[in-house]
Amino acid sequence: MTEKLITEKKLFACGHTACAGCGQSLGARLVLEAAGPNTIVTNATGCLEVFSTRYPESSWGVPWLHSLFENSAAIASGVESALKHLGKIDTIRVISQGGDGGTADIGLQALSGMMERGHDILYVCYDNEAYMNTGIQRSGLTPFDTNTTTSPAGKISSGNPLPKKNMVEICAAHRIPYAASSSVGFPLDVQSKVKKALSIRGPKYLHLHVPCPLGWRHPSNLTINIAKLAVETALFPMVEYEYGKLVSSRKLVTIKPVEEYLKPQGRFAHLFKDEKGKQEIAKIQQIANQNIEYYNLKATK
Amino acid sequence: MKEFIEGSYAIAKIIKLCKPGVISAYPITPQTHIVEGLAQIVADGELKSEFINVESEHSAASVVLGASAAGVRAYTATSSQGLLLMTEVLFNIAGMRLPLVLTCANRAISAPINIWNDHQDSVTVRDSGWIQLYAETVQEACDLHIQAYKITEDHNIQLPVMICIDGYLLTHCGEVVDMPSQGEVDKFLSPFSPLYKLDVANPITMGVLGDPDCYMETRYAIQETMKDVLKLIPKVAGDFEKAFGRLSGGLVEKYKTDDAEKILVAKGSLVGTLKDVVDDLRTKGVKIGVLKVVSHRPFPEDAIFDALKKAKYVGIVEKSISLGAYGPLYTDIKALFQGKKESPCINGFVIGLGGRDVTKESVKEIIDQISEFGPTNKFIGLKL
Ligand SMILES: Cc1ncc(C[n+]2csc(CCOP(=O)(O)OP(=O)(O)O)c2C)c(N)n1
Ligand SMILES: [Mg+2]
Repeated sequence: MTEKLITEKKLFACGHTACAGCGQSLGARLVLEAAGPNTIVTNATGCLEVFSTRYPESSWGVPWLHSLFENSAAIASGVESALKHLGKIDTIRVISQGGDGGTADIGLQALSGMMERGHDILYVCYDNEAYMNTGIQRSGLTPFDTNTTTSPAGKISSGNPLPKKNMVEICAAHRIPYAASSSVGFPLDVQSKVKKALSIRGPKYLHLHVPCPLGWRHPSNLTINIAKLAVETALFPMVEYEYGKLVSSRKLVTIKPVEEYLKPQGRFAHLFKDEKGKQEIAKIQQIANQNIEYYNLKATK
Repeated sequence: MKEFIEGSYAIAKIIKLCKPGVISAYPITPQTHIVEGLAQIVADGELKSEFINVESEHSAASVVLGASAAGVRAYTATSSQGLLLMTEVLFNIAGMRLPLVLTCANRAISAPINIWNDHQDSVTVRDSGWIQLYAETVQEACDLHIQAYKITEDHNIQLPVMICIDGYLLTHCGEVVDMPSQGEVDKFLSPFSPLYKLDVANPITMGVLGDPDCYMETRYAIQETMKDVLKLIPKVAGDFEKAFGRLSGGLVEKYKTDDAEKILVAKGSLVGTLKDVVDDLRTKGVKIGVLKVVSHRPFPEDAIFDALKKAKYVGIVEKSISLGAYGPLYTDIKALFQGKKESPCINGFVIGLGGRDVTKESVKEIIDQISEFGPTNKFIGLKL
């Protein structure tokens, strides 16, 4: 294991304005280094776009295009069509990316259109589980019982009352060649999935779990630990689908209780105060248990 | 070569001659025949282009944005609700200085839903940074599309162009059109080579965050470029005349205005009806003329001032209104006379909304009401 995951190629340079410990900036570097320089990237509005391209500076060492919040997949469709017209689609990869809000909420229609039309694009969703750029508001990918600024915990509320939308399955249901999830807690997994995706022609989807120290309220040195715990508690399963079929899931030898993941994060602090919180944590454990069963996450001896 | 053809199919044929490498659109009446025509042309192998059937106008505009950014000539068309759904992307395309051509088949805005013609759709996005040219006839619509690519791709301009053609009145109207040959269009339009594009050999960042230190300058740059567009439009019209033997487009067209005491001002196919009425009245010795505004954005204030300054009365006849205020063209023309010594009495009229027929009688009604103390935003042809 001597290969460096992040090289000096500076495809995604440091010096940007992301918070310390930002999982998304780490994710973007991992993705781009795995993709290589022959890549054109389109980006939705969101933290990543804002912290990496404040004029006159840019972190991007590849051609990069941002337009709006909800159209990353649509502008990528245009770029890909142009490359097809120019006869360059076999030598240049197109990556379209956005946050969880830009992907699963406002950009879902454009993403669905891109997949349905069969464009040769890898879409990467950086899931930090809320609208972080605008100040930690709830999105369709915010987990159950999360305290956000628009789903606050309060006297009669335990935070976000709705479950997290399953984007990987939504994409897999388009019967695209490849849909997978990964986490910045597992950099090798991220990069092997990016490489695998880019070796396949057609639409691909990669869902990356990226902790946000500011929004999740955990110390910035814990980003990788927290990301790992989400997987190890079975709250964030790492799976792969090919043409709509589940083909692999990352097996867990020991499955940790969800408290281990929830406890270090301020966004779940309200669950550790009283008896009601205990009941809520039991519901979250239930979500993890369902994942274990549904994705067959238990390693067999 | 001359042929009798429906407006929409004529435009489809013209776009084919302009050879966009990416076409993307979403169906909406009365734009549909244009893109159906293009889809057939691509399906028959007559044009090598990626025809992208998208899931919304927002994505149609986004696809052509991406294509243009990647260095390929692109085309889209829409109407009404579709144009409004694109609005966010339209501002974005102009702000990013991406060369593009869009046909707006002008149609009223809902509610109530109405598929017929007026100018409220394109007028509503007039502040987006797009160049807006309005066609009077199918022939002019065709010619303007060729000129539009020339204008938008000029390296000093790099602003998108919207060709506005009246829904049904032009899109579904059969007209004899002089179709240029592929050779003629190829000679007129150089291959697309934008100043900036997405290129792995020379990576650039497009669509950056512009903070208060730089944003205002980007707006100023567009405003300044619009002045260059005012110079370029007549030049391109002149070059077009040399190449195709026909005068089309320009900033404005003066029709019997030189000695006119009264001048009607309008955009689009409505001008044809006004010309008819003017011809009738001229036989009776009435000194009246028409000023056709082809370019609403940029707003050709000098050309309009020159055309109107000697008139006693001006009647601005518009198919749109900024509700609660005036017709936008009325406001623009009133503003241009600010501080000028010579100024006619400027009257404003709203006509033909949602496809209400503009008859010669209704035009005469307008002319009768023009006066020193005439109206600013009088609705004509109301059924109350
Ligand atoms: C049409 C539109 N609506 C709202 C916004 C405001 N906005 C900008 S970024 C953002 C949140 C982005 O959230 P997400 O996609 O999850 O990315 P993150 O910032 O969390 O990485 C919002 C709501 C916008 N720019 N455009
Ligand atoms: Mg987010």
